[in-house]
Amino acid sequence: MYKTIFSHVGKYKKQAILSPVTIIGEVLMEVLIPIVMGKIIDNGIKMGDIGYVARMGGLMVVMSICSLCFGALAARFSAVAAMGFAKNLRSALFRKVQGFSFANVDRFSTASLTTRLTTDVTNIQNAFMMFIRMAFRSPIMLVCATVMAVRQNAKLSVIFLFAIPVLGCAVFFIISKAHPRFEKMLTKYDSMNGRIQENLIGIRVVKAFAREDYEKKRFEENTNDVRLAQFAAEKLVILNMPIMQLVMYASIVAILYFGGHMSVKGGIETGELYSFIMFVGQILMSLMMLSMLFIMFVVSRASLQRIYEVLKEKPTIVAPEGASVSAEDGSIRFENVSFSYYDDMENLALEGIDLDIHSGETIGIIGGTGSSKTSLVQLIPRLYDATAGRVLVGGHDVKEYPLETLRDQVAMVLQKNVLFSGTIKDNLRWGDENATDEEIIDACKSACAHDFIMSFPEGYDTDLGQGGVNVSGGQKQRLCIARALLKKPKIIILDDSTSAVDTATDSSIRKAFREKLGDTTTIIIAQRITSVMDADRIIVMDGGRITDIGTHAQLMESSGIYREVYDSQQKGDEE
Amino acid sequence: MPPRTQRAMAKPENTFKALKRIFSYMYGFRVQFIFVVICIIFSSFAGIMGNSLLKPIIDNLNRAVGDGKWRYGEFISILALMSAIYIMGALCSLFYQRMMMKISTTTLMRIRNDLFCKMEMLPIRFFDKHTHGELMSLYTNDTDAIREMLSNSIAQFISSAVTIVGVFTAMLIYSWRLTILVIAMLFIIIKVIGFVGSRSSRGFIAQQKALGRVNGYIEEMIEGQKVVKVFCHEDKAEEEFDALNEELCKAATHANTFANILMPVMNNLSYIHYAATAIIGGIFAVKNIGGMTIGTVVSYLMFTRSFSQPITQVSQQLNSVLTALAGAERIFRVIDEEPEADEGYVTLVNAEIAPDGTVTETDKRTGHWAWKHPHKAEGTVTYTEVRGNVEFDDVVFGYEPNKTVLNGISLYAKPGQKIAFVGSTGAGKTTIINLINRFYDVPEGKIRYDGININKIKKVDLRRSQSIVLQDTHLFTGTVMDNIRYGKLDATDEEVYAAAELANADSFIKHLENGYDTMLTADGANLSQGQRQLLAIARAAVADPPVLILDEATSSIDTRTEALIEKGMDSLMEGRTVFVIAHRLSTVRNSHAIMVLEHGRIIERGNHRELIAQHGKYYQLYTGMFELS
Repeated sequence: MYKTIFSHVGKYKKQAILSPVTIIGEVLMEVLIPIVMGKIIDNGIKMGDIGYVARMGGLMVVMSICSLCFGALAARFSAVAAMGFAKNLRSALFRKVQGFSFANVDRFSTASLTTRLTTDVTNIQNAFMMFIRMAFRSPIMLVCATVMAVRQNAKLSVIFLFAIPVLGCAVFFIISKAHPRFEKMLTKYDSMNGRIQENLIGIRVVKAFAREDYEKKRFEENTNDVRLAQFAAEKLVILNMPIMQLVMYASIVAILYFGGHMSVKGGIETGELYSFIMFVGQILMSLMMLSMLFIMFVVSRASLQRIYEVLKEKPTIVAPEGASVSAEDGSIRFENVSFSYYDDMENLALEGIDLDIHSGETIGIIGGTGSSKTSLVQLIPRLYDATAGRVLVGGHDVKEYPLETLRDQVAMVLQKNVLFSGTIKDNLRWGDENATDEEIIDACKSACAHDFIMSFPEGYDTDLGQGGVNVSGGQKQRLCIARALLKKPKIIILDDSTSAVDTATDSSIRKAFREKLGDTTTIIIAQRITSVMDADRIIVMDGGRITDIGTHAQLMESSGIYREVYDSQQKGDEE
Repeated sequence: MPPRTQRAMAKPENTFKALKRIFSYMYGFRVQFIFVVICIIFSSFAGIMGNSLLKPIIDNLNRAVGDGKWRYGEFISILALMSAIYIMGALCSLFYQRMMMKISTTTLMRIRNDLFCKMEMLPIRFFDKHTHGELMSLYTNDTDAIREMLSNSIAQFISSAVTIVGVFTAMLIYSWRLTILVIAMLFIIIKVIGFVGSRSSRGFIAQQKALGRVNGYIEEMIEGQKVVKVFCHEDKAEEEFDALNEELCKAATHANTFANILMPVMNNLSYIHYAATAIIGGIFAVKNIGGMTIGTVVSYLMFTRSFSQPITQVSQQLNSVLTALAGAERIFRVIDEEPEADEGYVTLVNAEIAPDGTVTETDKRTGHWAWKHPHKAEGTVTYTEVRGNVEFDDVVFGYEPNKTVLNGISLYAKPGQKIAFVGSTGAGKTTIINLINRFYDVPEGKIRYDGININKIKKVDLRRSQSIVLQDTHLFTGTVMDNIRYGKLDATDEEVYAAAELANADSFIKHLENGYDTMLTADGANLSQGQRQLLAIARAAVADPPVLILDEATSSIDTRTEALIEKGMDSLMEGRTVFVIAHRLSTVRNSHAIMVLEHGRIIERGNHRELIAQHGKYYQLYTGMFELS
């Protein structure tokens, strides 16, 4: 997991390495300085040698300027490395998600993908920066300070042999206990946030059912859980500080006691005693820092895990290497196709579909909620792969096509469609980046969108706002159709794309399709029977199977379901 | 979860007020808090006291080295004193941290609860004006910032302040001469902090803005991921994303460089200060100016170290405290919002209806409901049976002043009648429904419910008497059973099954993995839109209210299934007043009255046959000459 994620440091590796290197320089200075300090006291002040004090003082200033330079460089390097890493990671995730198939996206849900790309990356960025700044600093500090201490007075440093293991054990114990509690806390935190979000989205439902008090009570349970979990986790962590203080203070007292005896016997200078105490601080401080790093690591591990899940996810749909097939015409063929969203032959959405659609034909599809109409057409542009059987477009198996070629030939207007922030023209250009204004207007006329676009004061340059909030449902659908038309595809699929469009407009769109897209295979899924009535053939679906195929007149004769649908929509007229 | 805050880290408007208000949430902890402060002070003092005992020890040792006579007793007693102080210090710090953790977790819980309770009480208008991301960030970013402040910054601030004051005093006592140097240094430190700090905070504001743009882009592209795929727009999206990402990286690097640099700068300034003190102090000690001893210089040097540390800490905490207070102000602003006004006093009660029509109140569930209407003036209470009479009298309404959406709507719905609203988007259909359940309020006397002015009815009770199925169905985390039961919390399992059957949801629920115990997550993402609508209908059915409101409730259900549930719907509607908004005219055909709305006016009314015969707008809509959307 770590290897995969941290490989994205990429070209910032130089900075990521230089950052600890400069920190080593900084730490070395920090360790050497106390020795100079000790010398100032012992050889300078005590001997009354002001010249020495001044020389050493000067040395100290020079050293601290060096240390400052190192520190500043480390600050810069670590910032560049961490932010660069975050940038690369974000970009890798974004690319990965772009390569996802529908099935991949379904597995994660869009909300969770968004969180992973935003909050989780930010968490890791901060943790990484802390890491490259501290992870080397603390151990190096620990080693250097210990070496110095031992060199200065080996006997006194025996004290560290007690202090370091005691503190180390305590920290280890705390962290290993706290880790699971932190994970529990994060889970509680997630479910609390989930509750808030639900209430924000469904506030009208809450109010309509007068469930405010009920929701409050449930939320209070959530917050109480969070409080308890947080307290349980943090109460262990806060032991760190007092324990470290105790160990440090005990060491100081011990050093003074033993050191005092030594110094009276002449084994150590009082100045050395003083720098020794400085070392205690440095050694134990770096141990503390290490423990903090561990805690941070625990907290960010959840984020790492979530990002890793995205990175290791294999796109379920990949085009074959070096594919260069292109569609000869707009024919479609299903050969004994079965399909399951879960890749489970026991749980099929489509079962044994055999279907031949000729190039240029207009096909209507009718069927109830959950009869897998959408599932059927999604196999054509290979948004999902058939679980069994083959789907052929233009004479070739869809799996032989480069994805881009296939999807350029097959335009699909989705049921749950989206417009993006930007002008109408920007959105339409999704279909064809290089479309001329004439082509755009032409497509819009075919989709009956031109007139309402022109009714906006800014026409094609009208800003749609995020998610296309500035147009009505029917207008949005027509823009989506125009966008698909601009692709000039061999096959166009309308998945319930005119449900919010009135019947008159609906029929003129179909008329335009017939006149202008004579060679284009058209598949129309609709709830309204009038939308499919004049198709060359109509497919009736029920429970993942095709029950009947035929023209309107034939189906009225042969298909019970079709007639039922027809009746349910026509009843009013006969009254 | 929404993206992290997209707002810049604004400074709090009134630091003191926000702080005071946060403290007000610590009620019940006042004594503990005082203890905490005392412990913090003591534990910081322990550090200072301990350090200042170094001087007598070193002096004692030096004297021993000097004249060979070691006052051992004095040495040991100073060490003992030192140990005692240190142990007390460590205990105090354990105590205050634990106590503070308890206080801060509880305080946060209270703030969250308060915010949530308030949010539930706010009028729909409020949610129209604020995005989900904006409100969500109150719970995530802003509360996190407060947590950070409570659990770290406050203690750090107090202890730093104590340390600074204590050390400074000790320094003054030891040598006022050397303290002048300290003051000079302090001046430089403040200048440096100001310089670096302002650069980094400007950098962070730029970073937050860039982050907002990147997160917004990610959100939009991921939401529209399927469209991106269908149009093979991946490369273009990546290109645009890279540009935004690069911009963020630059801003973040800039901001963090300055933030990172603060620590080494402060550290090394303190070393330089130390060197300067050593030289000058050394000169003093050697020349014996002001009675300075080596012990004094050693202690003094110790102090210089402990002096700069808290200043660095305070400077680092300052930013996070200001962020927290700005966040707290945003939270309090929501808490201070005007809640949904409700001066209603007529309540809904279970009723027993005698054969002669007299209504009496009861605690039992009788299936009959009554309005309990106290009359203050006479001191009497009257009961009116809840039947579902709804009357609009020349209602004029607008969401914003000067922009009316409804222009003089009058209508009358009798119990058991099905009333349909038809018209294009913005004609005011949903607005009428929003008024019936008082999502929005109208002036006195314009809408009457069973003859009672609805402004007099308590909102909660008013809404309990109505069930609503909205176009965008929202389900909650929990099982299918829980979700249906949302309509009536004490419904038995049988009642839930019956409601599901009525809505024709029973068959698909049984096919779910765990039937009625299937967990629904993320707003029912594992169900199709049509299935969600069926569940929403079942949820409304189980509530068994006298008034039923269907706002595009069957828009995602195909006509065949709709025909199948029509029977269920018919029995659901029986004896109830039903308001229907439907896009599909086949849904409204059998209504008692159809109101055609345009620009907030009812332009046609009548039943299907009458309206068709009229050859007016309805006829045009029905024959598809006009677009509804």
